[in-house]
This record gives sequence, C-alpha cells and structure tokens, in this order.
Amino acid sequence: MANKFDIQVRAEHEYAVLETAGYLNDTLGEDLSKKAQELIEKGYTQLVINLEQTALINSIGISILIEIIEALDERDGTLNFCGLSATQERTFRMMAIAKYAGIFPDEKTAIANF
Amino acid sequence: MANTVLKDQVSLTIPMDRDMELVAAKTGSVLAELNHFDEDQTEEIQLAIIETCINAFEHSQSEDRQVFIKYIVKADELECKITDHGVGFTAEDQHNSISNRQQMHTEMRKRGWGLEITMTLMDEFNIESGENGTTVSFIKRTAS
Repeated sequence: MANKFDIQVRAEHEYAVLETAGYLNDTLGEDLSKKAQELIEKGYTQLVINLEQTALINSIGISILIEIIEALDERDGTLNFCGLSATQERTFRMMAIAKYAGIFPDEKTAIANF
Repeated sequence: MANTVLKDQVSLTIPMDRDMELVAAKTGSVLAELNHFDEDQTEEIQLAIIETCINAFEHSQSEDRQVFIKYIVKADELECKITDHGVGFTAEDQHNSISNRQQMHTEMRKRGWGLEITMTLMDEFNIESGENGTTVSFIKRTAS
C-alpha cells in the first residue's frame, strides 16, 4: 500500500505499475515522470498508472501525465490508467487523454488490456 | 491566512505559495459536505477552486501575492468568488487564448486548461477582469 505523497513501483516481466498516493501536482508529477522515464529506459513500454490513492489531480499534474504518454508513444508503448474517480475520468476525457491512453476501472483490467 | 465565518458566507485569504490552493479547496470541500453535495460534486468544487487559484498564482502578477476567496452558501448551491489584485486581462487576451486553444484542438494540449475545466465542472461561471485585478465566480448546485 502506498503512503501519503508517495509513488510505489512494481515492475513485472512485460509491464510495470506505478501507484501514486497524495495530491498529484507538479512535485508528485515530476517524481512520477522520473520513475516512468527510468522504467522506459529499462525497456518497459507497457505502463499502468494507478491513481486510486490520489484524490486530487491538478492540471499541472495532468500535463506531466501527458509527457509520460508522449515518451511512451515515441517507443510505440502504451499507458493505461486505473483507479480514477468520476471527476478525474471526466477531466481526462475533456483533455483528450482518453484518445492516447487507456482508462480502466481497476489494475487487473488495465493490465489485461495491453 | 485570515479566515472569517459569517452566517452564510466564509471569507478566506491565502498567500500565493506552494500548495495553498489546497487550503482553499479543503474549505470548499467542508462547506460542500455541510451543504449535502455528493462526493463527486464535492471533488468537482475542489478541482474548480484549485485550478482558479493556480491561474491566479501563475498569471495575475499580483504585487500583494494574495488570493481572496468568498464562499457563499445557499440552500441548494455553493458560490465561490476568487479574486486577485493582479494586472487582469483584456478581451483581446481572451480572444487570443481561445484562438490558440482552437488551433491546438486536435492534439493533447499540456497547459492552459484551468478555466476550461472550471467552466465545464460548474453550473455557472463568470470572469470580471480589469486593471485592478480579476474575479472568477462560479456556482455549483446540488441538483446538477
């Protein structure tokens, strides 16, 4: 279980899961981006970001998520999100993130849909 | 930070410092819960407050570096008025911003979403801006 203002990384054979906890602003977003970049450089091109423990995301945090989508796109990779609240999902769809990344209700489904 | 509670109105002043938007959002969240907004609506109110405060932090160029928030609680709605004493913006600025958004419509745009998110999530939205600053007002209704 992730702690408050924390990012947990679980790397499996073919994919990795990043689980955030706390307010996803520029600080947590940059930390998340750094960890995602490290995974991408290691060859992981299928990532799940689990936002279940993140109650609030601001638009700066979302802009950093878009940078992760772009970094994966350069490697023909895929980013799937899960654990979003209804408001977060609505915001992601408004910002066209749903066109470039998957949105799934839970981690199991997000992994199954790579 | 100064915080005064009136019968149906709460006024809060926050400094333009890191994460202070969360103080404003938390206050809005408590008032929304007291006014029987559901969980999703409360989150929408918090996000609208956060985005409006961040816009003031980033763009107002306010010399006093403060944001003034009024929460007006009524039977079935919560109104927020978020004011800065910055440089404001003109109708031309707004027009250019809308044009830029339309040009970028086909691609994921990274920044400049704050007002659009707030407008979408709230039931009413208004901006008054001039050389003495900007006030963004929005209303969320329990029935929405």
